[in-house]
Amino acid sequence: MFELPTGAEIQSIIASLEVSVGCFIPEIYLSLLFMLLIVVDLVAKGRKNSLLAISTLVGLAGSFFFIYQQQCLPGGEFFFGMYVLDEFALFFKYFFVLSGIFAVILTMADEQFEAEVKSMGEYYALIVSMVIGMVMMASSADLIMIFLSMELVSFSAYILTGYFKRNPRSSEAALKYLVYGAVSSGLMVYGFSLIYGLTGETNLIKIGAVLAAQGNEHSLVLMLSSLLIIAGFGYKIGAVPFHFWSPDVYEGAPTPVTAYLSVASKAAGVALLMRFFSIAIPHAPSAQTGIDWVMILLALSVGSMIYGNVVALWQKNVKRMLAYSSIAHAGYLLLGIIVMGKFGTQATLFYLLSYFLMNFGAFYVVILIANKTGSEHLDDYRGLGKKMPLAAAALTVFLVSLVGLPPTLGFIGKLMIFSALLDKGSLYLWLALIGIMTSVISLYYYMLIPLNMYLRESSQSDGKEMNPGIFAQVLMAVLMFLTLYFGLFFTPLSDISKYGSAMFGITLH
Amino acid sequence: MLSLIVFLPIIAGLIILAVPSSQKQIIRIVSLLAALAQGVLAVLIWRDYNPALPGITAGPGGSPLGSFQFVERLPWINLDLAGFGPLNIEYFLGVDGISVTMVILTALVSTIGVLSSWTIQKQVKGYFILYNLLASAMMGCFVALDFFLFYVFWEVMLLPMYFLIGIWGGPNREYAAIKFFLYTLFGSVFMLLVMIGLYFSVTDPVTGNHTFSLVAMATQSNFIKDSILGPNNVMWRYVSFIVLFIGFAIKVPMFPFHTWLPDAHVEAPTPISVILAGVLLKLGTYGMIRINFPIFPEVFQAGMYVIGIFGAINIIYGALCALAQQDLKKMVAYSSISHMGYVLLGLSAGNSEGMVGALYQMFNHGTITAMLFLLVGVIYDRAHTRQIDKFGGLASYMPHYAAFVTVAWFASLGLPGLSGFISEALVFVGAFSSVTTRYIAMVSVLGIVFGAAYLLWSLQRMFLGQRKPDAAYDLIADEDGHEHIHFHDWKGKIDLDGRELAMLVPLLIITVVLGVYPMPVLGMLTSSINKLVEVLSPVVLSQL
Repeated sequence: MFELPTGAEIQSIIASLEVSVGCFIPEIYLSLLFMLLIVVDLVAKGRKNSLLAISTLVGLAGSFFFIYQQQCLPGGEFFFGMYVLDEFALFFKYFFVLSGIFAVILTMADEQFEAEVKSMGEYYALIVSMVIGMVMMASSADLIMIFLSMELVSFSAYILTGYFKRNPRSSEAALKYLVYGAVSSGLMVYGFSLIYGLTGETNLIKIGAVLAAQGNEHSLVLMLSSLLIIAGFGYKIGAVPFHFWSPDVYEGAPTPVTAYLSVASKAAGVALLMRFFSIAIPHAPSAQTGIDWVMILLALSVGSMIYGNVVALWQKNVKRMLAYSSIAHAGYLLLGIIVMGKFGTQATLFYLLSYFLMNFGAFYVVILIANKTGSEHLDDYRGLGKKMPLAAAALTVFLVSLVGLPPTLGFIGKLMIFSALLDKGSLYLWLALIGIMTSVISLYYYMLIPLNMYLRESSQSDGKEMNPGIFAQVLMAVLMFLTLYFGLFFTPLSDISKYGSAMFGITLH
Repeated sequence: MLSLIVFLPIIAGLIILAVPSSQKQIIRIVSLLAALAQGVLAVLIWRDYNPALPGITAGPGGSPLGSFQFVERLPWINLDLAGFGPLNIEYFLGVDGISVTMVILTALVSTIGVLSSWTIQKQVKGYFILYNLLASAMMGCFVALDFFLFYVFWEVMLLPMYFLIGIWGGPNREYAAIKFFLYTLFGSVFMLLVMIGLYFSVTDPVTGNHTFSLVAMATQSNFIKDSILGPNNVMWRYVSFIVLFIGFAIKVPMFPFHTWLPDAHVEAPTPISVILAGVLLKLGTYGMIRINFPIFPEVFQAGMYVIGIFGAINIIYGALCALAQQDLKKMVAYSSISHMGYVLLGLSAGNSEGMVGALYQMFNHGTITAMLFLLVGVIYDRAHTRQIDKFGGLASYMPHYAAFVTVAWFASLGLPGLSGFISEALVFVGAFSSVTTRYIAMVSVLGIVFGAAYLLWSLQRMFLGQRKPDAAYDLIADEDGHEHIHFHDWKGKIDLDGRELAMLVPLLIITVVLGVYPMPVLGMLTSSINKLVEVLSPVVLSQL
């Protein structure tokens, strides 16, 4: 039987909760925003959808203020070790809120919503709830918390994916996403249970300490649990062999959701992966098998880079092609995690920033083009270089950046990752080789889009220019400019990612 | 000064961006002015260049600027990398004897290219924006002394080139454009890894920080002994040399990486062929001289004869392929492969004569091949075909054209008195006097014979004799019984018009003058080459 706590103990629990709540304000704010949006939807029923979108935008932007306030708080654990506040978490808080904002902007630009659904209802609230979930994923320091926050993200994502209820592809995508998600969550929880069985702890830092003290005693079990947990995280990242959901989901989901999933959800998985393996599981080859989690990640990374880039070669649907490309980019992100250490973390965060800009940019243009042509098929991109000159130029820049050619941001991202690899001497040289070889392959399919836009003439050549609107033009131009500007002057982004590379309770470095 | 010469075309490109696309003439004139300004700057650089200073490596006392001239050096990117330390990238420009000749060549060929682009009618605005971007990147490559900067310029060239071939090219342009892009990118991604490796291995003697400076890298004492590409890591140094060399060899293009070149040339519009053959190919050999050889001198010593063998293969194989071509442009493209082989052969000799010859050959090939492609363009514009067999007896009807072709063809085959002869002669002198390449040189001489064969044969088939029955033109007799040539859909002047002469005459003058008196170019080269040969010599290497 549990013993009732004494009065003094209750007092101290309350005191520590009070302190903890002080470090939890952005999350509370976002939760209030979530509820507010539901209320606004009810009150403003039947009026213009833009009210909801604008309030989401303003609300999300408002959270920057509370996150900014946290920057001066001392980092550390709170809520009894469930949750941490450190630079790493702050980096991702900004990242996820910003990607939420972009998801809203993309949704506002997408005309498909008007055709497919009557009311935007809970759509924006779900975007916010996904932001909350991802913010918590990046800050969790406890197995229970990790699971809860991951499920929050997943459930919001399932609904968002199937938001076009009357569109069979969208529903199919949501169902596939749900089934794969359930399986991988199950595997992950099994992995967690093994870890708990080994250590008797759920807090990551304590797990790390216990496992370090145990040495190599249970390395086989540890190996198995690492594998199971990577199945869960790998599903979020979309890395081979846990990628099967992603092409269908990316193609079927509303395009803004696709962009949101491909950037934010992936980044959340990366954040978890980095925190979990840097803190909890020691990096040492096990006695029985001679391999550890780094080896598993190595295999995942190589598989993702090769599979994603090679299969993308045959894709005719641009969204599906970008889905395979995002599998490949998961592989590049994993390279940075494999390196570990501060340099590797910084490189990974930098790559995430560059991926954010170029992927949201690319999807934004895809949406604008789909608004005008009603299609995402490669053949319907013919002649767009003349019809939508700015959109075509912007998309070309984003794609060149995704290939990783200078003078774009994507090149610097790759440079950082490969530098981190080579910093380890010749140990990971072969990994870097695979990385660059596959990026040469990627050039071919990315260039298919400019090829159709510029080199081929449209079959119905009315030659009229299509204007996506002044706001869209400006936003595209700004994103394109940033991709180029940060490709030449990348110090600010590097400083931000260096700031974010500090993790609480880290013992590796 | 160097910044200006690099970025002038980009500025012109930005101006063009603001010009409405219907104002074709303004767009052309802006481009031409930028190119001419580049030319003026190039002349100023040529005038003020001090040929006594060698460049190549760090100067006396390990000066990080070396004895480079017109140096511009600014901090560009300063990062603090977690767990590694500062990352410094510099905006570092400068020229020595090797690059200054190439700068002049680039300015010249860019200007000719703009003139040659006058006839482009499709999407003029987009064309000239891309053209100017390409011109800036090429110039940047030749003057960049920071490896990172060099790499950025190197890669920036690819995309404009892809579109210039892909949009304005011939029927099979999609294939040619992506083939060019993939081949060159394949070569350059390895360069990226070597670049990072070198960065980790080299420190600036003054600041003690790691550096991307090519000047510091060319000085062996700046390497950290046990770093990934340090002197103790022999295997990786060999591997790095080889992958870098392949990256540059693809651009040259060296057998067996040459197959993109004929495709690209055949599909590319005339001005782009001129740029491609006149400047871009030189970037390959320039990269070898600037980066490969001085950074890995001991590997160069070990691999000299291999480079020589590949050079000989290029010379003979290129010439034999040229002999077999029906398409005039393809023949000229293969002749480029053959002539770039002389450059490789000269470099492999490793002595001053050979290397000076190689660099002089780079310059001369740039001017002569530009002329060849322009002349091919002239007849293609008129007849819409380049099949050698579709002509015959042209000399009687287009005497000026025939005269230019004859001189250009003879310059290409190395007739004494024209510039090609001197460079080829120097290459052979160098290759014969080096023990390692002597026999290779003996075999390579065959290339001259084959070269004479395909050039003279094509000259004979096109210009001498009578009109062929299935020729691409008609002959119309006027009242006096004189026969006049007539091309379908060609309304312009039958023989060379003013614009074509404006492009060809300067090139012709340069070819003749440099054939008689080569010192304006050789004088700038010599001290740098002597320094390079000294850096590469086994004696110096053994002291390391």
